[in-house]
Amino acid sequence: MISVHQPILQIVLPLMAAPICVILRNAFAGWLLALLVTGGAFVASLILLVHVVNEGPVSYAIGGWPPPWGIEYRVDGLSAFVLVTVAAIGFLSMIFARRSVEAEVAADRGYLFYTMYLLCFTGLMGIPVTGDAFNLFVFLEISSLSSYVLISLGTDRRALTAAFRYLIMGTLGATFYVLGIGLLYMVTGTLNIADLAARVPEMTHIRTVQMALAFLTVGLGLKLALFPLHLWLPNAYAFAPTVVTVFLAATATKVAVYALIRIAYTMFGGPTMFAVMPIDEVLVGFGLLSMIVGALAAVWQTNVKRLLAFSSISQIGYMVLGLGLADVTGLAGAVVHIFNHAMIKAILFMAVGCIIFRIGSADLRDIRGFAKPMPITAACVVVGGLSLVGAPLTLGFITKWLLLQGALDRNWWWVAVVIVAASLLALVYVWRLIAAAYLHPPSERVAAVREAPAPMLLALVALTVATVVIAIDGSLIGDFAVVTAKQLLGSGE
Amino acid sequence: MTPVALMELAVVLPLVGAILIAAAGRNPNLREAVTLLTAVLLLAVVVGIVSAVLEGERPEVALIGFLPGVTIALSAEPLACVFAVVASLLWIVTSVYSIGYMRAHHEENQTRFYAFFAIAIAAAMGVAFSANLVTLFVFYEALTLSTFPLVGHAGTAEARNGARTYAGLLLAASFALMLPAIIATNQAAGTVTFAPGGILAGNISDSGAAIILALFVFGIAKAALMPLHRWLPAAMVAPTPVSALLHAVAVVKAGVFCILKVTLYIFGLDFLGDTGISVWLTYVAAATILIGSLIALTKDNLKARLAYSTVSQLSYIVLGAMLATGAGIIGGAMHIAMHAFGKITLFFCAGAILVASHKTEISDMHGLGRRMPFTFAAFLLASLSIIGLPPTGGSWSKWMLMLATADTGQLLLMGALMLSSLLSIAYLLPVAVVGFMAPAKSGDPGHDGTAAGIREAPLLCVAPLWLTAIGTLALFFFAEPIFAFLEPLVK
Repeated sequence: MISVHQPILQIVLPLMAAPICVILRNAFAGWLLALLVTGGAFVASLILLVHVVNEGPVSYAIGGWPPPWGIEYRVDGLSAFVLVTVAAIGFLSMIFARRSVEAEVAADRGYLFYTMYLLCFTGLMGIPVTGDAFNLFVFLEISSLSSYVLISLGTDRRALTAAFRYLIMGTLGATFYVLGIGLLYMVTGTLNIADLAARVPEMTHIRTVQMALAFLTVGLGLKLALFPLHLWLPNAYAFAPTVVTVFLAATATKVAVYALIRIAYTMFGGPTMFAVMPIDEVLVGFGLLSMIVGALAAVWQTNVKRLLAFSSISQIGYMVLGLGLADVTGLAGAVVHIFNHAMIKAILFMAVGCIIFRIGSADLRDIRGFAKPMPITAACVVVGGLSLVGAPLTLGFITKWLLLQGALDRNWWWVAVVIVAASLLALVYVWRLIAAAYLHPPSERVAAVREAPAPMLLALVALTVATVVIAIDGSLIGDFAVVTAKQLLGSGE
Repeated sequence: MTPVALMELAVVLPLVGAILIAAAGRNPNLREAVTLLTAVLLLAVVVGIVSAVLEGERPEVALIGFLPGVTIALSAEPLACVFAVVASLLWIVTSVYSIGYMRAHHEENQTRFYAFFAIAIAAAMGVAFSANLVTLFVFYEALTLSTFPLVGHAGTAEARNGARTYAGLLLAASFALMLPAIIATNQAAGTVTFAPGGILAGNISDSGAAIILALFVFGIAKAALMPLHRWLPAAMVAPTPVSALLHAVAVVKAGVFCILKVTLYIFGLDFLGDTGISVWLTYVAAATILIGSLIALTKDNLKARLAYSTVSQLSYIVLGAMLATGAGIIGGAMHIAMHAFGKITLFFCAGAILVASHKTEISDMHGLGRRMPFTFAAFLLASLSIIGLPPTGGSWSKWMLMLATADTGQLLLMGALMLSSLLSIAYLLPVAVVGFMAPAKSGDPGHDGTAAGIREAPLLCVAPLWLTAIGTLALFFFAEPIFAFLEPLVK
């Protein structure tokens, strides 16, 4: 039904398009190209997901070299799922992008923006499909390097220091990751994830393997901004152009979570490894800390972008917690939350983009009463906010249900207490957003604005409607996550 | 139509009504015609469900798979029917009253008001016909969210604060306490579906069950058990028809309904009776009854006094549930209806007084009854029902609750109920007495600046409040069918 080259299509397309974008030297043409390419990648990844769900994993050998000599691309349910998430957000961000980029990026750098965007997209699409641990590092760095550039394109000069700080910490993370992979290669002599998965679980007692897992976990912890390795994130999100924030907040950290799942569960065999080295408990601990600290910080922010950035740190904690719970329900919760949080943060940051585009500020005090002139944007904020809190009939509720269930399965009732506390804190900071929208009369400046331009609104509304529709029949994604979690755990037994 | 289709219709119909109301926003007459028509149709639908349940049917339907292993599902049984009938019947009356009140009071954003009102009713129907705890939770939260814009309707700083306390407390309690209780129930019993006799018995230790019960009873903050009652007085900033919705039609009734439902179908009376884990909660309820009445005595603002009266009266129902006897459950379920009719009349009267004279404080109402005799007479009648005196419906439910305390040998609780009845005489009767008997204060300007200018409220306000006042009388004479209808619950 699908071409044999399907798995590589969505990587090659944006990778080839990026240099073309430079040659075009025109922001509009660059945008059009990026739109087409991300759209094509989205369709391709959807076809791939359907294929994988129906007929099982797909393997593709690059250049015809069979693995373990060549690089293998391997797409299973989880990777296809992450792939679709990234592609969907990437595509919708591009629908959203044109006017927002015009407003927030210097005109002569517009085409560079789209070049970097395509590279970043390539990297993030590559991580889920690759079946090679070192190739994963390459994609991780493609996406990271391009995102440093993207962030520094922000008009605020603080964007430069934010990008620099991200560069330093991101590079540290990448270095740790390579060290970990190097150690594994030393012991096993392979870089293919499937081969590693066959060998590593039998070597869990070897100190080198344990060291490798430690390096990999810390390295990815930096990339996914787990407390206390999160310091780069708030400023990077706050000062980057809004489209960049939308895309990175929704996908970059999620893809890092995916990589961590792959490594901890597929490569190291999950519970088998945890029995020797209790990384799961470490993840639970830092996941919980992230949830609470991120949410506490978010409560005090006055800039909406920063507020949402800290909220991201808190939400990433949920995913890491699910990872650490290491049972079917907990892991399923983490998988659902990857998708869920990607959708929520894309919605909320897009809404902020609309607000900045019209009102010119993201400060809670400046945007008071924006629900009056921008009712659609405000309604989307409400939907996203409710999902963040975990109100019923949103995806957030499904996540929370699964995580709480997972915590109780392991008899960790105190974890359940912390989850509840974190979601109450989420209620507080979401409340501040909604109160700013609805409970204050608009100032003259706010009252004079209109809704954002149609394409921006279209992307925002499409995402919002999609999350509501998906959430109402939540068993679809819930069952998928449970099946995936069972596969991940099964591979370690 | 099949009962299953009727249940689905009961939830969908008010939602469709809300959309049509929003669409008809520019034409007030059409908009309000839609409201009334939807309300009447809904009552017909609910009556259809009730007649099926009367014939012994227990319709059930799963709508959507919501979580792995959990569905959004509806079912009907007698308790659900009582709540649904009360809510849908009173929605008609409240709609009529709203038209009179909102127009006479020149309120703004009336379309929003009617639309969210209809959504709240849809949520209440969902609560009534929930087949499991997750469905219940979904609609319970929907009810909170849809009533939030109604409570803050005025848009003033005071209304904002009131609405914030209202939604904040209800949401926080449900997330922090009720949701963990639901998940723990699922964990222990492997299901969250309501089943006669309960699902927890034999699946959980006594101490675990005690914790879950406490989480439910306090987490369902709509039942306003102290100390989680603050939202109710805070919400009195709302327009009067909304107060009626909160206190009589849907919101607090949804709270106590949930508690009855959890008692009957999650824990089961035998399990509660055998373990005794609910005993301490009866004392909390009794304390709430007494403290609520005492605070009501101190309030001069009529709506505030009625709000604390509601806090007190709701705990009668919680007390009935926590006694875990047949009489307690039936008394509690009947009190849902009895209190609804009494309290809605009282709030309608308070609103009518506000519309006609712009007075909110009881001490300003001297002699007002002679100018507004119909309103004050209805107030007197409804007061009797809340106190529990014949010939009003309230006497039956209180009688059943008294019996329940006697059954369980809880003489202390019986004393508390009697004392509370005395207190309610002390805080309710003076309003009517002062209105009719006391000489009017001099220099007491009314609507148009003179006391002489005060006249009876508009017909669309007075007619509904008399309808509900007559309802309290009717419930006295026709309580037997309700009793017979509810009896299978505890057999």
